[in-house]
Amino acid sequence: MRMELIQPFINAADAVFAESLQAPTKILDLSMDEETYRRKGVAALIAIKGDIEGRVILDLSAEVAMKVASHLAGEAVPSSDQVVRETVCELANMVIGNSVTLLNDQGFRFKVFPPEIHMNEEGLAGSIDTEAMVIAIETPCGQAYLNISMRYLHRRRQERDIASVID
Amino acid sequence: MQQFAALLRKDNQPVRYLVVDDSVFARKNIIKMIEMFGGEVAGEAGDGLTAIAEFNRTKPDIVLMDITMPQMEGIEAVERIVRQHGDARIVMVSSVGYQENILAALQKGAKHFVQKPVKPEVLYEILRYVLGDDPNAAGAHVALAGEHRA
Repeated sequence: MRMELIQPFINAADAVFAESLQAPTKILDLSMDEETYRRKGVAALIAIKGDIEGRVILDLSAEVAMKVASHLAGEAVPSSDQVVRETVCELANMVIGNSVTLLNDQGFRFKVFPPEIHMNEEGLAGSIDTEAMVIAIETPCGQAYLNISMRYLHRRRQERDIASVID
Repeated sequence: MQQFAALLRKDNQPVRYLVVDDSVFARKNIIKMIEMFGGEVAGEAGDGLTAIAEFNRTKPDIVLMDITMPQMEGIEAVERIVRQHGDARIVMVSSVGYQENILAALQKGAKHFVQKPVKPEVLYEILRYVLGDDPNAAGAHVALAGEHRA
């Protein structure tokens, strides 16, 4: 996985949490994950298709999401699944929106699909060749996780071409 | 907390805002900033259709409009509002900062664009700019937010 595709998402997530919460954040850990993603809390999955393709998952616990919602609203927000969903979606949209701006500036064109929220107990299925970067971010409201799997589409085309020659 | 000079209309009354976003807490976040700027919330809407109805009902000085919403998206709502009210002042507030979206919104009649997460100081400058060409709005007064009500 190419770091230049991952970096805009890391920068955007860091900036979105820091600016939204008006406090410094910290990247705690970066690791590679080749298994089906097991979410840690409520996860928003956003798919991307175009010059680059893959998916980004923003994952945070319901408790962290409620703290973020209350901070953004400027008052205590009564806890509910709907607020948790809205918060995770809104944060995921902001992270993606900001990273897309950075990637568009680099000349990449692609379509971003609306976030899918996952709150059930199942893992998020990945394709056989899914290799993801998992980033843990420490925020004043608790930890958030970003799981990114992204690649150039033209590289896939080359792989398909090679495969067809071998066949 | 950061303090801002109140943005007032020419008649020295608070600027009235319509806040449109499908996320309740995102609306609350914007409303918090409006209050910091000495403004008043004329109405709220969670989708484009409601935004049009609320615009007609409240006749706000400024609309702060999200782009991605259920039922009717922000850009279409802008087009419909501006078609009926050519002097409507609409600022797009969205996490989606694609050039195409920004251009489409501006072509439909939006006055400006601000990307989420919204920084109060950025929104404040944009509102000053948008109000600046409004004959009914005086722009920023020297008084701190809230003082005009005293």
